Amino acid sequence: MDTVLSGRDTAFTIAGRTFGSRLILGTGGAASHKQLAEAITASGTELVTVALRRVDPGATGSVLDVIEQCGVGVLPNTAGCFTAEQAVRTARLAREAFGTPWVKLEVIGDEDTLLPDPVELLDAAETLVREGFTVLPYTSDDPVLARRLEDAGCAAVMPLAAPIGTGLGVRNPHNLALICDSAAVPVICDAGIGTASDAAQAMELGCSAVLLATAVTRAADPALMAAAMRDAVNAGRAARLAGRIPKRHLAKASTAFEGMADL
Amino acid sequence: MSVVVNGEAREGIATVADAVAAVTEARRGIAAAVNGEVVPRSEWDRALADGDAVEVLTATQGG
Repeated sequence: MDTVLSGRDTAFTIAGRTFGSRLILGTGGAASHKQLAEAITASGTELVTVALRRVDPGATGSVLDVIEQCGVGVLPNTAGCFTAEQAVRTARLAREAFGTPWVKLEVIGDEDTLLPDPVELLDAAETLVREGFTVLPYTSDDPVLARRLEDAGCAAVMPLAAPIGTGLGVRNPHNLALICDSAAVPVICDAGIGTASDAAQAMELGCSAVLLATAVTRAADPALMAAAMRDAVNAGRAARLAGRIPKRHLAKASTAFEGMADL
Repeated sequence: MSVVVNGEAREGIATVADAVAAVTEARRGIAAAVNGEVVPRSEWDRALADGDAVEVLTATQGG
């Protein structure tokens, strides 16, 4: 992290675990394990997501090897689940497979938009919290739902910027800011980030971190975009802490008129 | 006796451990479920019943 920033920032902590990077990287979409490893390294992330799927007898190497080589933590997700029951079962299997109670909880409600199903999501979150999981729910940008998830005991809330994989950036900055202003747990902007300025904007709005995958893994040069995202997250965080100037309708001279020559 | 392992009907599978061995040699990062319920590794010697559906799962790139 930038030294000026690190000297002024507080630690980024989820459920008592501190992270040096405010960027969480999803691994979906990488063309190869080599490309993924380069992107993880360039991003500076300390936590990456994986999905749980049937073993592929023909697979060569595992994404877990890449994660281990890179020395980063693993955050299993429940991607592809459409009901609370499916998601809860997937989380239990992930805990067994990876030995971690952490889960990125996804319960999708619509095949075209992949938007979260709020009713199933809250149901699954309540069950998993009761079972001792550290639950990080992928949620819509609804401040009320975010509060309900926090009240249910989630360790963070992860509102979307835009639908998964769209790269549309922050569609509702006002809602995202409302969530950030009221949440007592970390707010992690998850999904819909397209490029570096989107990640910076999410951080400027008050997010504690950004989670993204496609923007990096499907970029023409994933490692370069990963580095851009690393810098954008740091820049956005620094700008947030620095305190932006208020917006004005009319100009305000940055150069004083006093002492102006009579020409 | 026939059980279904990762969607494929198989004969000669007596335990969860057999089902896992039928699809992968890996043990790290593997979890198994029988009829939707996770079976901890310590219980992989559990006998399967005819028609049981076993899922053997591992990490893949995602989200």
